[in-house]
Amino acid sequence: MKERILEVRGLNVDYGLGPESVRAVRDVDLTLHRGEVLGLAGESGSGKSTLAYGMTRLLPPPGIVAGGEVIYTLDDGSTVDLLRIRDADLRRLRWSEIAIVFQGAINSLNPVQRISTQLVDVLKAHSARSTPKARQDRARELLGLVGIASDRLHSYPHQLSGGMRQRVMIAMALALEPRVVIMDEPTTALDVVVQRQILRTLVELRERLGFSVVFITHDLSLLVEFSDRIAIMYAGQVVEEATSADLYRTPLHPYSDGLLHSFPALKGPRRELSGIAGSPPDLRSMPGGCPFHPRCGRAMDVCATRTPVLGQSTAGRSVACWLHPVSVG
Amino acid sequence: MTAEVAPAVSGAVSTEIVLEADGLTKHFPISKPFSRDKKAVRAVEGVSLQLRRGSVTALVGESGSGKSTVARLLAQLYPLTSGEIRLHGENVAVQKGLTRGRKFRAYCRRVQMIFQDPFASLNPVHTIRYHLTRALTIHGNRGDDLESSLADLLTRVHLTPAERYLDRYPHELSGGQRQRVAIARALAASPEVLLADEPVSMLDVSIRLGVLNLLRDLKERLHLSILYITHDIASARYFADETVVMYAGQVVEGGESETVTQKAAHPYTQLLIESAPDPDRPAVEEKDGGAGEPPSLIAPPPGCRFHPRCPFAMDVCRTEVPPRFELGDGHFAACWLYREEAS
Repeated sequence: MKERILEVRGLNVDYGLGPESVRAVRDVDLTLHRGEVLGLAGESGSGKSTLAYGMTRLLPPPGIVAGGEVIYTLDDGSTVDLLRIRDADLRRLRWSEIAIVFQGAINSLNPVQRISTQLVDVLKAHSARSTPKARQDRARELLGLVGIASDRLHSYPHQLSGGMRQRVMIAMALALEPRVVIMDEPTTALDVVVQRQILRTLVELRERLGFSVVFITHDLSLLVEFSDRIAIMYAGQVVEEATSADLYRTPLHPYSDGLLHSFPALKGPRRELSGIAGSPPDLRSMPGGCPFHPRCGRAMDVCATRTPVLGQSTAGRSVACWLHPVSVG
Repeated sequence: MTAEVAPAVSGAVSTEIVLEADGLTKHFPISKPFSRDKKAVRAVEGVSLQLRRGSVTALVGESGSGKSTVARLLAQLYPLTSGEIRLHGENVAVQKGLTRGRKFRAYCRRVQMIFQDPFASLNPVHTIRYHLTRALTIHGNRGDDLESSLADLLTRVHLTPAERYLDRYPHELSGGQRQRVAIARALAASPEVLLADEPVSMLDVSIRLGVLNLLRDLKERLHLSILYITHDIASARYFADETVVMYAGQVVEGGESETVTQKAAHPYTQLLIESAPDPDRPAVEEKDGGAGEPPSLIAPPPGCRFHPRCPFAMDVCRTEVPPRFELGDGHFAACWLYREEAS
């Protein structure tokens, strides 16, 4: 198996403290290998973004990481737990090792600063000894990397289109050649045509630079096409994890199946669409047993009482569902 | 219970045209007061389309292509720059002036709009009962028994039992339920036409189908004609009987949904279809189309507005605006590639 680069073990994230707290991410285990695109899919409120921010310690209050480990493997093979290292060490790791492209990146650029200033700022903060000239050149190079003409370097964000701003955000994330890039709904606000251009750029860059990507989106059809492995989240838990091809062909969890049958296909025969009835559970009053059972068409008695755990099922795949009991051992 | 959407029956489209747009044009002036150069954003230019009784017409395009502007023009929320809107063959373009209020209200009663964002289109400080009662009263459909009219409305949008929802506030409902309330409010006017501006794009993937299903159901039971505006051409294929594709303010292609999506004629439609995520496609495909971005609508390119991005652009495309070329069975494309075939 490929080399592990980031490993999340038993991560729990709460919003709020004490009896009022809500558990938004529950016992999540996730492994990211070198050079891999890991897709994280789920409905809104399923905890995908919370998971990403929780594991990078970027969660704003009242979000609290309540437990777990996030093991990051450094270049020399030694490992650190991102949740426990000192702030100063974490600051060194951020961006140079793990970079994030935020949700709604269109609004994450500073509107009163030129693109050049914002790009150079990163370089200045992390490699203080470089000369201004070198930093300018690097900024120019980065824009070239994502396919923006270098004469746009001194533009303000409002002078760029949505797609270009998104590219600038990606360029910025890649500025220090990170080994892991976390992308939180990077193309949600964009059109399909622009979305495809950006994802194509990303795939190319990944092949050239060899970073790993955690790709968060609710668009499962996009993930099936662009990622190597997919983890499906529901109500704060990973309910299924599989390679994209397996997940697309034979989804094991009824929720994954429902998600896959929620979007119409453009080609091929018109299939009957079966969506998912009901709506996601309220995290404050979670149903007992499997959180999906009230919406599940194949729920059994056991689903209402006991919570299935994610593990290797008899089919050799990771799924948390009583239809596919975990093989013990 | 699983929500199921039966594929649209193609070919069974009724012919009775309810609402017709003819050469709709909308320019938004952007020049400063007293300045000499009269600039304008040419958001919509010469758009013609027809909404038929008991059928769904999808209007597909990327953001900024003017599809929402068309909906707002049809709802008469904006005055037209030029063009005509005909309801059952009668010109109904409401002009400014003293009679506007009454005429507009009469028009509203027959043509209702559903907005994209159900979080913003419901008033957060009022209950569902208030929203619906108001709509019923304004449009004179209150009837003798208000309570039963309200229950009836909510039942139509599958929010049952109605008592459970009537006294709730919008924030107590989920996105899908809110959009259903917005649809119920539109139905309170008992309209003939529903203009749905991206009704599901703010909703979660798993909820979308339920709302689309509901709209389809309403179409069939109440014989509504629905304009479904979307950027997702795949959903147009499933949900709409006819599909019209817009690019940079102009209609580039139209016809039966199945024909438009399976045998796309215009290069832009082809690009749109290629760009849609497709799980069956091998991960890396080499085809490099679709470079560039939609043009500025202040100074759109001469000729066909798509020509700077079009892989098949010819000389004529750069100078002359292509007219509609009929391709048979109501399928048409505004592209010079089809000149010979049509003549």
